[in-house]
Amino acid sequence: MNIELINSLTEKTLNIRKNIIRMITQAQSGHPGGSLSAVEILTYLYFKEMNIDPSNSKNPKRDRFVLSKGHAAPVLYAALAERGFFSADELLTLRKINSRLQGHPDMKGIPGVDMSTGSLGQGLSAAAGMALAGKIDGSAYRVFALLGDGELEEGQIWEAAMFAAHYKLNNLTIFIDFNGLQIDGSISEVLSPLPIPEKWSAFGWNVIEIDGHDLEEIHCAVQSAKGVLDKPTAIIATTIKGKCIRKMENAAEWHGKAPSISECEEFLFELSRGGL
Amino acid sequence: MAKATREAYGEALEKMGGLCSNIVVLDADLSKSTKTCIFAKSYPERFFNVGIAEQNLAGVAAGLAAAGKIPFISTFAMFASGRAYEQIRNSICYPKLNVKIAATHAGLTVGEDGASHQSIEDISLMRSIPNMTVLVPADGNETCQAIQFAAEYDGPVYIRLGRMAVPDLFTEEYRFEHGKAVCLVEGTDATIAATGIMVHIAKEAAEKLQAEGFSIRVLNIHTIKPIDKDAIVKAAEQTGAIVTCEEHSIIGGLSSAVAEVLVENLPVPMERVGVRDTFGESGIPKELLKKYGLTVDDVVLAVKKVIARKHRLRSYEKKGEL
Repeated sequence: MNIELINSLTEKTLNIRKNIIRMITQAQSGHPGGSLSAVEILTYLYFKEMNIDPSNSKNPKRDRFVLSKGHAAPVLYAALAERGFFSADELLTLRKINSRLQGHPDMKGIPGVDMSTGSLGQGLSAAAGMALAGKIDGSAYRVFALLGDGELEEGQIWEAAMFAAHYKLNNLTIFIDFNGLQIDGSISEVLSPLPIPEKWSAFGWNVIEIDGHDLEEIHCAVQSAKGVLDKPTAIIATTIKGKCIRKMENAAEWHGKAPSISECEEFLFELSRGGL
Repeated sequence: MAKATREAYGEALEKMGGLCSNIVVLDADLSKSTKTCIFAKSYPERFFNVGIAEQNLAGVAAGLAAAGKIPFISTFAMFASGRAYEQIRNSICYPKLNVKIAATHAGLTVGEDGASHQSIEDISLMRSIPNMTVLVPADGNETCQAIQFAAEYDGPVYIRLGRMAVPDLFTEEYRFEHGKAVCLVEGTDATIAATGIMVHIAKEAAEKLQAEGFSIRVLNIHTIKPIDKDAIVKAAEQTGAIVTCEEHSIIGGLSSAVAEVLVENLPVPMERVGVRDTFGESGIPKELLKKYGLTVDDVVLAVKKVIARKHRLRSYEKKGEL
Protein backbone atom coordinates (compact mmCIF):
# COMPACT_ATOMS: atom_id res chain seq x y z
CA MET A 1 0.00 0.00 0.00
CA ASN A 2 1.25 3.48 -0.72
CA ILE A 3 1.75 6.09 1.96
CA GLU A 4 -1.32 8.14 0.93
CA LEU A 5 -3.54 5.12 1.37
CA ILE A 6 -2.02 4.24 4.72
CA ASN A 7 -2.48 7.84 5.88
CA SER A 8 -6.07 7.88 4.75
CA LEU A 9 -6.79 4.55 6.47
CA THR A 10 -5.06 5.78 9.63
CA GLU A 11 -7.31 8.84 9.64
CA LYS A 12 -10.31 6.55 9.40
CA THR A 13 -9.08 4.47 12.35
CA LEU A 14 -9.01 7.64 14.45
CA ASN A 15 -12.57 8.60 13.46
CA ILE A 16 -13.76 5.08 14.18
CA ARG A 17 -12.05 5.05 17.56
CA LYS A 18 -13.60 8.42 18.45
CA ASN A 19 -17.03 7.16 17.51
CA ILE A 20 -16.56 3.98 19.54
CA ILE A 21 -15.82 6.13 22.59
CA ARG A 22 -18.69 8.52 21.87
CA MET A 23 -21.31 5.82 21.32
CA ILE A 24 -20.37 3.73 24.36
CA THR A 25 -20.28 6.83 26.55
CA GLN A 26 -23.69 7.92 25.26
CA ALA A 27 -25.10 4.43 25.89
CA GLN A 28 -23.31 4.15 29.25
CA SER A 29 -23.00 0.51 28.27
CA GLY A 30 -20.96 -1.52 25.79
CA HIS A 31 -17.56 -3.04 25.15
CA PRO A 32 -14.76 -0.56 24.37
CA GLY A 33 -11.66 -2.73 24.95
CA GLY A 34 -12.31 -5.39 22.31
CA SER A 35 -13.79 -2.83 19.92
CA LEU A 36 -10.64 -0.71 19.97
CA SER A 37 -8.36 -3.71 19.48
CA ALA A 38 -10.05 -4.54 16.16
CA VAL A 39 -10.17 -1.08 14.59
CA GLU A 40 -7.33 -1.51 12.09
CA ILE A 41 -8.66 -4.88 10.93
CA LEU A 42 -12.17 -3.56 10.23
CA THR A 43 -10.86 -0.33 8.74
CA TYR A 44 -8.71 -2.30 6.33
CA LEU A 45 -11.56 -4.64 5.37
CA TYR A 46 -14.23 -1.94 4.95
CA PHE A 47 -12.06 0.71 3.26
CA LYS A 48 -9.56 -1.27 1.27
CA GLU A 49 -10.42 -4.88 0.81
CA MET A 50 -14.08 -5.79 0.72
CA ASN A 51 -16.19 -5.56 -2.38
CA ILE A 52 -19.23 -3.84 -0.87
CA ASP A 53 -21.58 -1.03 -1.82
CA PRO A 54 -23.53 0.92 0.81
CA SER A 55 -26.20 1.73 -1.79
CA ASN A 56 -26.71 -1.97 -2.53
CA SER A 57 -25.98 -3.61 0.80
CA LYS A 58 -27.73 -6.89 -0.06
CA ASN A 59 -25.93 -7.50 -3.36
CA PRO A 60 -25.57 -11.31 -3.52
CA LYS A 61 -22.10 -10.93 -5.02
CA ARG A 62 -20.75 -8.76 -2.20
CA ASP A 63 -18.00 -9.85 0.15
CA ARG A 64 -19.25 -10.69 3.62
CA PHE A 65 -18.08 -9.95 7.13
CA VAL A 66 -19.14 -11.78 10.28
CA LEU A 67 -18.32 -10.26 13.64
CA SER A 68 -18.19 -13.47 15.64
CA LYS A 69 -17.15 -11.53 18.75
CA GLY A 70 -20.46 -9.69 18.58
CA HIS A 71 -19.86 -7.63 21.70
CA ALA A 72 -17.43 -5.58 19.61
CA ALA A 73 -20.50 -4.22 17.78
CA PRO A 74 -19.35 -0.59 18.29
CA VAL A 75 -16.35 -1.06 15.98
CA LEU A 76 -18.59 -2.64 13.35
CA TYR A 77 -21.23 0.09 13.59
CA ALA A 78 -18.59 2.83 13.55
CA ALA A 79 -16.92 1.28 10.49
CA LEU A 80 -20.26 0.88 8.66
CA ALA A 81 -21.26 4.48 9.43
CA GLU A 82 -17.84 5.72 8.31
CA ARG A 83 -18.27 3.73 5.09
CA GLY A 84 -21.70 5.31 4.50
CA PHE A 85 -24.12 2.50 5.30
CA PHE A 86 -26.01 4.83 7.67
CA SER A 87 -25.54 8.22 9.28
CA ALA A 88 -22.91 8.64 11.98
CA ASP A 89 -25.55 10.47 14.07
CA GLU A 90 -27.33 7.17 14.50
CA LEU A 91 -24.31 5.76 16.33
CA LEU A 92 -25.40 7.71 19.39
CA THR A 93 -28.55 5.57 19.62
CA LEU A 94 -26.46 2.47 20.42
CA ARG A 95 -28.16 0.17 22.94
CA LYS A 96 -31.09 2.53 23.42
CA ILE A 97 -34.72 1.52 23.16
CA ASN A 98 -36.15 1.56 19.59
CA SER A 99 -32.66 1.81 18.07
CA ARG A 100 -31.50 -0.37 15.17
CA LEU A 101 -28.11 -0.50 16.83
CA GLN A 102 -28.65 -3.37 19.23
CA GLY A 103 -26.03 -4.18 21.83
CA HIS A 104 -24.92 -7.02 19.59
CA PRO A 105 -25.30 -6.97 15.78
CA ASP A 106 -28.78 -7.69 14.38
CA MET A 107 -28.65 -8.34 10.64
CA LYS A 108 -32.37 -7.64 10.24
CA GLY A 109 -32.00 -4.12 11.50
CA ILE A 110 -28.86 -2.57 10.15
CA PRO A 111 -27.68 -2.18 6.55
CA GLY A 112 -24.28 -3.76 6.07
CA VAL A 113 -24.53 -6.27 8.90
CA ASP A 114 -24.22 -9.69 7.28
CA MET A 115 -24.93 -11.86 10.33
CA SER A 116 -26.58 -11.55 13.71
CA THR A 117 -24.07 -12.47 16.37
CA GLY A 118 -23.44 -12.01 20.04
CA SER A 119 -23.47 -15.46 21.52
CA LEU A 120 -19.80 -16.38 21.30
CA GLY A 121 -18.66 -19.29 19.18
CA GLN A 122 -21.41 -19.08 16.56
CA GLY A 123 -20.03 -16.66 13.99
CA LEU A 124 -17.45 -18.92 12.40
CA SER A 125 -20.07 -21.54 11.52
CA ALA A 126 -22.20 -18.90 9.82
CA ALA A 127 -19.20 -17.51 7.95
CA ALA A 128 -18.33 -21.04 6.82
CA GLY A 129 -21.93 -21.50 5.62
CA MET A 130 -21.69 -18.31 3.57
CA ALA A 131 -18.36 -19.41 2.12
CA LEU A 132 -19.86 -22.81 1.26
CA ALA A 133 -22.79 -21.10 -0.49
CA GLY A 134 -20.27 -19.13 -2.54
CA LYS A 135 -18.55 -22.35 -3.54
CA ILE A 136 -21.84 -24.04 -4.50
CA ASP A 137 -22.76 -21.06 -6.68
CA GLY A 138 -19.27 -20.63 -8.12
CA SER A 139 -19.46 -17.05 -6.90
CA ALA A 140 -16.21 -15.14 -6.40
CA TYR A 141 -17.15 -13.38 -3.19
CA ARG A 142 -14.99 -13.76 -0.10
CA VAL A 143 -16.06 -14.14 3.50
CA PHE A 144 -14.22 -12.59 6.43
CA ALA A 145 -14.83 -13.15 10.12
CA LEU A 146 -13.39 -11.69 13.28
CA LEU A 147 -13.10 -13.96 16.30
CA GLY A 148 -11.99 -13.15 19.80
CA ASP A 149 -9.17 -15.11 21.38
CA GLY A 150 -11.27 -15.88 24.47
CA GLU A 151 -13.99 -17.06 22.09
CA LEU A 152 -11.72 -19.92 21.05
CA GLU A 153 -12.74 -21.59 24.32
CA GLU A 154 -16.13 -22.38 22.71
CA GLY A 155 -16.33 -25.90 21.27
CA GLN A 156 -18.37 -24.86 18.25
CA ILE A 157 -15.38 -22.90 16.95
CA TRP A 158 -13.47 -26.13 16.53
CA GLU A 159 -16.42 -27.91 14.92
CA ALA A 160 -16.51 -25.09 12.40
CA ALA A 161 -12.71 -25.10 12.02
CA MET A 162 -12.83 -28.80 11.06
CA PHE A 163 -15.71 -28.16 8.68
CA ALA A 164 -14.09 -25.25 6.84
CA ALA A 165 -10.84 -27.15 6.37
CA HIS A 166 -12.62 -30.36 5.29
CA TYR A 167 -14.55 -28.50 2.59
CA LYS A 168 -11.44 -26.52 1.56
CA LEU A 169 -13.13 -23.14 2.01
CA ASN A 170 -10.27 -21.02 0.71
CA ASN A 171 -12.74 -18.13 0.21
CA LEU A 172 -12.92 -17.85 4.00
CA THR A 173 -10.41 -15.70 5.88
CA ILE A 174 -10.68 -15.15 9.58
CA PHE A 175 -8.92 -12.86 12.00
CA ILE A 176 -8.28 -13.88 15.58
CA ASP A 177 -8.19 -10.70 17.65
CA PHE A 178 -5.38 -11.89 19.90
CA ASN A 179 -5.46 -9.25 22.64
CA GLY A 180 -4.92 -11.79 25.40
CA LEU A 181 -7.74 -10.65 27.67
CA GLN A 182 -11.27 -11.77 28.43
CA ILE A 183 -13.76 -10.55 31.06
CA ASP A 184 -12.35 -12.53 33.95
CA GLY A 185 -8.72 -11.81 33.18
CA SER A 186 -5.98 -12.97 30.83
CA ILE A 187 -6.86 -15.79 28.47
CA SER A 188 -3.97 -17.88 29.77
CA GLU A 189 -5.30 -17.62 33.32
CA VAL A 190 -9.01 -18.14 32.61
CA LEU A 191 -8.77 -21.15 30.33
CA SER A 192 -5.82 -21.04 28.03
CA PRO A 193 -6.56 -21.48 24.33
CA LEU A 194 -2.78 -21.27 23.72
CA PRO A 195 -0.94 -22.03 21.55
CA ILE A 196 -3.28 -20.51 18.99
CA PRO A 197 -1.39 -20.74 15.64
CA GLU A 198 -0.50 -24.39 16.17
CA LYS A 199 -4.13 -25.27 16.85
CA TRP A 200 -5.35 -23.73 13.59
CA SER A 201 -2.52 -25.37 11.65
CA ALA A 202 -3.39 -28.72 13.19
CA PHE A 203 -7.01 -28.20 12.14
CA GLY A 204 -5.87 -27.83 8.54
CA TRP A 205 -5.82 -24.05 8.12
CA ASN A 206 -3.33 -21.75 6.48
CA VAL A 207 -2.03 -19.65 9.38
CA ILE A 208 -0.49 -16.19 9.26
CA GLU A 209 0.69 -14.25 12.32
CA ILE A 210 0.71 -10.46 12.24
CA ASP A 211 0.64 -7.30 14.30
CA GLY A 212 -3.08 -6.52 14.18
CA HIS A 213 -2.53 -2.76 14.40
CA ASP A 214 -0.18 -2.62 11.41
CA LEU A 215 -2.22 -1.88 8.29
CA GLU A 216 0.58 -2.99 5.98
CA GLU A 217 0.84 -6.36 7.72
CA ILE A 218 -2.95 -6.79 7.60
CA HIS A 219 -2.82 -6.01 3.88
CA CYS A 220 -0.05 -8.52 3.17
CA ALA A 221 -1.80 -11.26 5.14
CA VAL A 222 -5.16 -10.76 3.41
CA GLN A 223 -3.54 -10.68 -0.02
CA SER A 224 -1.46 -13.77 0.63
CA ALA A 225 -4.59 -15.66 1.81
CA LYS A 226 -6.01 -15.17 -1.69
CA GLY A 227 -3.21 -17.25 -3.13
CA VAL A 228 -4.04 -20.31 -1.01
CA LEU A 229 -6.19 -22.63 -3.07
CA ASP A 230 -7.10 -25.49 -0.79
CA LYS A 231 -7.39 -24.10 2.73
CA PRO A 232 -9.15 -21.41 4.70
CA THR A 233 -6.84 -18.84 6.27
CA ALA A 234 -6.58 -17.83 9.91
CA ILE A 235 -4.78 -14.56 10.53
CA ILE A 236 -3.65 -14.45 14.14
CA ALA A 237 -3.54 -10.74 14.81
CA THR A 238 -1.72 -9.73 17.96
CA THR A 239 -3.52 -6.67 19.27
CA ILE A 240 -3.83 -4.50 22.35
CA LYS A 241 -7.15 -4.38 24.12
CA GLY A 242 -8.25 -0.75 24.41
CA LYS A 243 -5.67 0.30 21.80
CA CYS A 244 -4.85 4.04 21.63
CA ILE A 245 -6.42 4.97 24.96
CA ARG A 246 -3.70 4.92 27.60
CA LYS A 247 -6.09 4.17 30.46
CA MET A 248 -7.74 1.29 28.62
CA GLU A 249 -4.76 -0.44 27.05
CA ASN A 250 -4.30 -3.99 28.28
CA ALA A 251 -6.81 -3.46 31.06
CA ALA A 252 -9.35 -6.29 31.38
CA GLU A 253 -11.62 -3.98 33.39
CA TRP A 254 -12.34 -2.04 30.19
CA HIS A 255 -13.77 -5.13 28.48
CA GLY A 256 -17.31 -4.04 29.15
CA LYS A 257 -17.23 -0.69 30.91
CA ALA A 258 -18.45 2.64 29.62
CA PRO A 259 -16.36 5.80 30.07
CA SER A 260 -17.80 8.63 32.16
CA ILE A 261 -18.45 11.96 30.41
CA SER A 262 -15.15 13.41 31.65
CA GLU A 263 -13.26 10.26 30.68
CA CYS A 264 -14.89 10.47 27.25
CA GLU A 265 -13.56 14.01 26.81
CA GLU A 266 -10.15 12.90 27.99
CA PHE A 267 -10.11 9.97 25.56
CA LEU A 268 -11.34 12.04 22.62
CA PHE A 269 -8.61 14.59 23.31
CA GLU A 270 -6.06 11.79 23.43
CA LEU A 271 -7.34 10.50 20.07
CA SER A 272 -7.41 13.97 18.51
CA ARG A 273 -3.68 14.07 19.12
CA GLY A 274 -3.34 10.91 17.09
CA GLY A 275 -3.62 8.41 19.90
CA LEU A 276 -0.69 7.15 21.91
CA MET B 1 -49.58 -48.95 3.83
CA ALA B 2 -47.29 -48.03 6.67
CA LYS B 3 -44.23 -45.84 6.43
CA ALA B 4 -42.04 -43.97 8.88
CA THR B 5 -42.31 -40.20 8.52
CA ARG B 6 -38.51 -40.06 8.24
CA GLU B 7 -38.72 -42.32 5.16
CA ALA B 8 -41.30 -40.02 3.61
CA TYR B 9 -39.06 -37.08 4.48
CA GLY B 10 -36.10 -38.59 2.65
CA GLU B 11 -38.21 -39.20 -0.45
CA ALA B 12 -39.91 -35.79 -0.34
CA LEU B 13 -36.59 -34.05 0.09
CA GLU B 14 -35.17 -35.77 -2.95
CA LYS B 15 -38.24 -34.74 -4.94
CA MET B 16 -38.00 -31.12 -3.77
CA GLY B 17 -34.28 -31.14 -4.58
CA GLY B 18 -35.19 -31.73 -8.21
CA LEU B 19 -37.69 -28.88 -8.22
CA CYS B 20 -35.59 -26.31 -6.40
CA SER B 21 -31.87 -25.98 -7.00
CA ASN B 22 -31.49 -23.70 -3.97
CA ILE B 23 -32.16 -26.56 -1.59
CA VAL B 24 -29.05 -27.86 0.15
CA VAL B 25 -29.05 -30.66 2.71
CA LEU B 26 -26.79 -31.12 5.71
CA ASP B 27 -26.56 -33.98 8.13
CA ALA B 28 -24.49 -34.78 11.21
CA ASP B 29 -23.33 -38.34 10.51
CA LEU B 30 -26.81 -39.86 10.58
CA SER B 31 -27.82 -39.60 6.94
CA LYS B 32 -28.74 -43.27 6.70
CA SER B 33 -31.05 -42.95 9.71
CA THR B 34 -32.52 -39.56 8.86
CA LYS B 35 -32.87 -40.66 5.21
CA THR B 36 -31.11 -37.60 3.84
CA CYS B 37 -28.92 -40.21 2.13
CA ILE B 38 -31.59 -40.39 -0.60
CA PHE B 39 -31.01 -36.72 -1.45
CA ALA B 40 -27.25 -37.19 -1.11
CA LYS B 41 -27.31 -39.92 -3.73
CA SER B 42 -29.20 -37.82 -6.26
CA TYR B 43 -27.57 -34.45 -5.52
CA PRO B 44 -24.13 -35.11 -4.05
CA GLU B 45 -23.00 -31.57 -4.90
CA ARG B 46 -25.71 -30.15 -2.64
CA PHE B 47 -25.29 -32.53 0.28
CA PHE B 48 -22.84 -31.84 3.11
CA ASN B 49 -22.00 -33.98 6.07
CA VAL B 50 -20.81 -31.84 8.96
CA GLY B 51 -19.78 -34.80 11.09
CA ILE B 52 -20.85 -35.28 14.67
CA ALA B 53 -21.21 -31.57 15.34
CA GLU B 54 -24.79 -30.37 15.72
CA GLN B 55 -24.01 -26.82 16.81
CA ASN B 56 -21.98 -26.28 13.67
CA LEU B 57 -24.75 -27.99 11.68
CA ALA B 58 -27.17 -25.27 12.74
CA GLY B 59 -24.62 -22.48 12.36
CA VAL B 60 -23.49 -23.45 8.86
CA ALA B 61 -27.14 -23.65 7.83
CA ALA B 62 -27.64 -20.09 9.09
CA GLY B 63 -24.75 -18.91 6.92
CA LEU B 64 -26.04 -20.79 3.88
CA ALA B 65 -29.48 -19.26 4.36
CA ALA B 66 -27.98 -15.78 4.81
CA ALA B 67 -26.38 -16.32 1.40
CA GLY B 68 -29.67 -17.30 -0.26
CA LYS B 69 -29.75 -21.09 0.05
CA ILE B 70 -32.61 -23.14 1.50
CA PRO B 71 -30.83 -25.52 3.87
CA PHE B 72 -32.56 -28.58 5.27
CA ILE B 73 -30.63 -29.90 8.24
CA SER B 74 -31.24 -33.24 9.86
CA THR B 75 -30.23 -35.23 12.85
CA PHE B 76 -32.09 -36.92 15.70
CA ALA B 77 -34.64 -34.62 17.36
CA MET B 78 -32.78 -34.89 20.66
CA PHE B 79 -29.60 -33.37 19.25
CA ALA B 80 -31.25 -30.96 16.81
CA SER B 81 -33.49 -29.34 19.38
CA GLY B 82 -31.31 -29.89 22.42
CA ARG B 83 -27.65 -29.83 21.50
CA ALA B 84 -28.12 -27.00 19.03
CA TYR B 85 -30.92 -25.16 20.84
CA GLU B 86 -29.07 -21.92 21.30
CA GLN B 87 -27.63 -21.95 17.79
CA ILE B 88 -31.18 -22.41 16.47
CA ARG B 89 -32.40 -19.58 18.67
CA ASN B 90 -29.63 -17.06 18.07
CA SER B 91 -28.17 -17.88 14.65
CA ILE B 92 -31.38 -19.03 12.89
CA CYS B 93 -34.55 -17.72 14.53
CA TYR B 94 -33.38 -14.32 15.77
CA PRO B 95 -32.46 -13.18 12.24
CA LYS B 96 -35.40 -15.27 10.87
CA LEU B 97 -33.18 -17.16 8.46
CA ASN B 98 -34.64 -19.61 6.00
CA VAL B 99 -33.46 -22.85 7.62
CA LYS B 100 -35.51 -26.06 7.82
CA ILE B 101 -34.76 -28.40 10.68
CA ALA B 102 -36.12 -31.86 9.92
CA ALA B 103 -35.54 -33.72 13.17
CA THR B 104 -36.04 -37.46 13.11
CA HIS B 105 -36.30 -40.18 15.77
CA ALA B 106 -38.48 -37.99 17.96
CA GLY B 107 -40.28 -39.24 21.04
CA LEU B 108 -40.25 -42.52 22.93
CA THR B 109 -40.57 -44.65 19.81
CA VAL B 110 -36.91 -44.28 18.91
CA GLY B 111 -37.05 -47.25 21.25
CA GLU B 112 -34.15 -49.32 22.44
CA ASP B 113 -31.64 -46.46 22.51
CA GLY B 114 -33.37 -45.29 25.66
CA ALA B 115 -33.80 -42.01 27.48
CA SER B 116 -30.67 -40.29 26.14
CA HIS B 117 -32.08 -40.51 22.61
CA GLN B 118 -35.80 -40.07 23.32
CA SER B 119 -36.63 -36.45 22.65
CA ILE B 120 -39.80 -35.64 24.57
CA GLU B 121 -39.13 -31.94 25.11
CA ASP B 122 -38.38 -30.76 21.59
CA ILE B 123 -41.81 -29.34 20.74
CA SER B 124 -41.67 -27.34 23.94
CA LEU B 125 -38.19 -26.00 23.19
CA MET B 126 -38.85 -25.19 19.57
CA ARG B 127 -42.27 -23.59 19.90
CA SER B 128 -41.04 -21.15 22.54
CA ILE B 129 -38.59 -19.52 20.12
CA PRO B 130 -39.94 -16.46 18.28
CA ASN B 131 -40.15 -16.78 14.47
CA MET B 132 -40.14 -20.58 14.61
CA THR B 133 -42.82 -22.68 12.93
CA VAL B 134 -43.32 -26.18 14.36
CA LEU B 135 -44.76 -29.01 12.27
CA VAL B 136 -45.49 -32.57 13.38
CA PRO B 137 -46.80 -34.63 10.48
CA ALA B 138 -48.89 -37.70 11.19
CA ASP B 139 -48.13 -39.96 8.22
CA GLY B 140 -46.03 -40.27 5.10
CA ASN B 141 -48.28 -38.23 2.83
CA GLU B 142 -48.61 -35.43 5.31
CA THR B 143 -44.82 -35.42 5.78
CA CYS B 144 -44.37 -35.07 2.06
CA GLN B 145 -46.74 -32.08 2.03
CA ALA B 146 -45.12 -30.54 5.09
CA ILE B 147 -41.70 -30.73 3.45
CA GLN B 148 -43.06 -29.06 0.33
CA PHE B 149 -44.59 -26.31 2.47
CA ALA B 150 -41.33 -25.86 4.39
CA ALA B 151 -39.34 -25.50 1.19
CA GLU B 152 -41.70 -22.80 -0.07
CA TYR B 153 -42.13 -20.93 3.23
CA ASP B 154 -39.65 -18.15 3.99
CA GLY B 155 -38.39 -18.62 7.55
CA PRO B 156 -37.29 -21.18 10.09
CA VAL B 157 -39.31 -24.41 10.31
CA TYR B 158 -38.92 -27.32 12.70
CA ILE B 159 -40.37 -30.59 11.39
CA ARG B 160 -40.68 -33.41 13.91
CA LEU B 161 -40.37 -36.89 12.43
CA GLY B 162 -40.49 -40.41 13.77
CA ARG B 163 -38.48 -43.56 13.41
CA MET B 164 -41.12 -46.26 13.30
CA ALA B 165 -43.64 -46.94 10.57
CA VAL B 166 -47.09 -45.41 11.02
CA PRO B 167 -50.27 -46.29 9.08
CA ASP B 168 -51.39 -44.03 6.24
CA LEU B 169 -54.09 -41.55 7.19
CA PHE B 170 -54.09 -39.52 4.01
CA THR B 171 -53.94 -40.19 0.30
CA GLU B 172 -51.67 -38.40 -2.12
CA GLU B 173 -54.51 -35.99 -2.91
CA TYR B 174 -54.38 -34.62 0.64
CA ARG B 175 -53.38 -30.95 0.79
CA PHE B 176 -51.55 -29.69 3.87
CA GLU B 177 -52.64 -26.25 5.00
CA HIS B 178 -50.16 -24.47 7.25
CA GLY B 179 -51.64 -23.71 10.66
CA LYS B 180 -54.94 -25.47 9.93
CA ALA B 181 -55.95 -28.48 11.97
CA VAL B 182 -57.52 -31.35 10.05
CA CYS B 183 -60.80 -32.76 11.31
CA LEU B 184 -60.51 -36.50 10.70
CA VAL B 185 -63.70 -37.55 12.45
CA GLU B 186 -66.70 -35.39 13.37
CA GLY B 187 -68.21 -35.70 16.82
CA THR B 188 -70.05 -33.86 19.56
CA ASP B 189 -69.29 -35.46 22.95
CA ALA B 190 -65.58 -34.63 23.13
CA THR B 191 -62.59 -33.78 20.91
CA ILE B 192 -59.32 -35.64 20.73
CA ALA B 193 -56.63 -33.25 19.51
CA ALA B 194 -53.62 -35.31 18.50
CA THR B 195 -50.33 -34.80 16.78
CA GLY B 196 -47.73 -36.94 15.01
CA ILE B 197 -47.82 -40.68 15.53
CA MET B 198 -50.58 -40.25 18.12
CA VAL B 199 -53.09 -39.24 15.45
CA HIS B 200 -53.78 -42.79 14.28
CA ILE B 201 -53.97 -43.92 17.92
CA ALA B 202 -56.48 -41.14 18.57
CA LYS B 203 -58.49 -42.24 15.56
CA GLU B 204 -58.60 -45.81 16.78
CA ALA B 205 -59.66 -44.63 20.21
CA ALA B 206 -62.48 -42.60 18.66
CA GLU B 207 -63.69 -45.66 16.73
CA LYS B 208 -63.68 -47.71 19.91
CA LEU B 209 -65.63 -45.03 21.74
CA GLN B 210 -68.08 -44.75 18.86
CA ALA B 211 -68.80 -48.46 19.22
CA GLU B 212 -69.75 -47.71 22.82
CA GLY B 213 -72.11 -44.95 21.71
CA PHE B 214 -69.94 -41.85 22.05
CA SER B 215 -69.57 -39.25 19.32
CA ILE B 216 -65.91 -38.14 19.28
CA ARG B 217 -64.24 -35.50 17.11
CA VAL B 218 -60.65 -36.14 16.11
CA LEU B 219 -58.40 -33.24 15.17
CA ASN B 220 -55.00 -33.75 13.62
CA ILE B 221 -52.91 -30.80 14.81
CA HIS B 222 -49.99 -31.01 12.40
CA THR B 223 -48.96 -27.40 13.01
CA ILE B 224 -48.16 -26.86 16.68
CA LYS B 225 -47.04 -23.32 15.98
CA PRO B 226 -48.89 -21.31 14.85
CA ILE B 227 -51.61 -23.35 16.55
CA ASP B 228 -55.08 -23.44 14.96
CA LYS B 229 -56.91 -21.32 17.50
CA ASP B 230 -60.19 -21.37 15.60
CA ALA B 231 -60.39 -25.16 15.39
CA ILE B 232 -59.64 -25.50 19.11
CA VAL B 233 -62.16 -22.87 20.21
CA LYS B 234 -64.76 -24.40 17.88
CA ALA B 235 -64.06 -27.84 19.36
CA ALA B 236 -64.46 -26.41 22.85
CA GLU B 237 -67.75 -24.77 21.88
CA GLN B 238 -69.21 -27.71 20.04
CA THR B 239 -67.94 -30.66 22.07
CA GLY B 240 -67.26 -29.06 25.47
CA ALA B 241 -64.30 -31.30 26.34
CA ILE B 242 -60.83 -31.88 24.91
CA VAL B 243 -58.21 -34.59 25.21
CA THR B 244 -54.75 -33.91 23.81
CA CYS B 245 -52.49 -36.74 22.62
CA GLU B 246 -48.80 -36.39 21.95
CA GLU B 247 -45.68 -38.50 22.07
CA HIS B 248 -44.04 -35.77 24.09
CA SER B 249 -43.91 -34.51 27.63
CA ILE B 250 -47.22 -33.10 28.86
CA ILE B 251 -45.16 -30.02 29.75
CA GLY B 252 -44.77 -27.47 26.98
CA GLY B 253 -45.95 -29.42 23.94
CA LEU B 254 -49.31 -29.78 22.20
CA SER B 255 -51.25 -29.96 25.45
CA SER B 256 -49.75 -26.69 26.63
CA ALA B 257 -50.44 -25.03 23.29
CA VAL B 258 -54.09 -26.18 23.38
CA ALA B 259 -54.49 -25.20 27.03
CA GLU B 260 -53.13 -21.73 26.28
CA VAL B 261 -55.80 -21.23 23.62
CA LEU B 262 -58.58 -22.55 25.86
CA VAL B 263 -57.66 -20.57 28.93
CA GLU B 264 -57.66 -17.32 26.97
CA ASN B 265 -60.85 -18.07 25.08
CA LEU B 266 -63.14 -20.80 26.31
CA PRO B 267 -61.90 -23.00 29.14
CA VAL B 268 -63.43 -26.49 29.04
CA PRO B 269 -62.47 -29.71 30.82
CA MET B 270 -59.27 -31.10 29.37
CA GLU B 271 -57.23 -34.28 29.78
CA ARG B 272 -53.71 -34.83 28.53
CA VAL B 273 -52.25 -38.01 27.11
CA GLY B 274 -48.48 -37.70 26.97
CA VAL B 275 -45.31 -38.52 28.87
CA ARG B 276 -45.90 -37.46 32.47
CA ASP B 277 -42.72 -35.58 33.38
CA THR B 278 -40.41 -38.55 33.36
CA PHE B 279 -37.55 -39.87 31.25
CA GLY B 280 -38.19 -42.93 29.09
CA GLU B 281 -36.15 -46.11 28.98
CA SER B 282 -34.99 -48.78 26.54
CA GLY B 283 -37.63 -51.00 25.03
CA ILE B 284 -39.51 -51.70 21.83
CA PRO B 285 -41.81 -48.85 20.77
CA LYS B 286 -45.03 -50.74 21.51
CA GLU B 287 -43.90 -51.59 25.04
CA LEU B 288 -42.81 -48.02 25.65
CA LEU B 289 -46.10 -46.56 24.49
CA LYS B 290 -47.87 -48.94 26.88
CA LYS B 291 -45.64 -48.30 29.87
CA TYR B 292 -45.80 -44.52 29.50
CA GLY B 293 -49.55 -44.36 28.93
CA LEU B 294 -49.84 -43.63 25.22
CA THR B 295 -52.06 -46.47 23.97
CA VAL B 296 -55.56 -46.52 22.46
CA ASP B 297 -56.90 -47.64 25.84
CA ASP B 298 -55.20 -44.72 27.60
CA VAL B 299 -56.84 -42.31 25.17
CA VAL B 300 -60.24 -44.00 25.63
CA LEU B 301 -59.88 -43.69 29.39
CA ALA B 302 -58.90 -40.02 29.15
CA VAL B 303 -61.91 -39.28 26.93
CA LYS B 304 -64.31 -40.95 29.35
CA LYS B 305 -62.75 -39.01 32.20
CA VAL B 306 -63.07 -35.69 30.40
CA ILE B 307 -66.69 -36.38 29.40
CA ALA B 308 -67.53 -37.22 32.99
CA ARG B 309 -66.02 -33.89 34.09
CA LYS B 310 -67.96 -32.08 31.40
CA HIS B 311 -71.22 -33.61 32.64
CA ARG B 312 -70.38 -32.79 36.24
CA LEU B 313 -69.67 -29.20 35.25
CA ARG B 314 -72.94 -28.96 33.30
CA SER B 315 -74.91 -30.32 36.23
CA TYR B 316 -73.38 -27.66 38.51
CA GLU B 317 -74.28 -25.04 35.91
CA LYS B 318 -77.88 -26.26 35.82
CA LYS B 319 -78.13 -26.17 39.58
CA GLY B 320 -76.80 -22.64 39.47
CA GLU B 321 -73.81 -23.55 41.56
CA LEU B 322 -71.40 -21.97 39.11
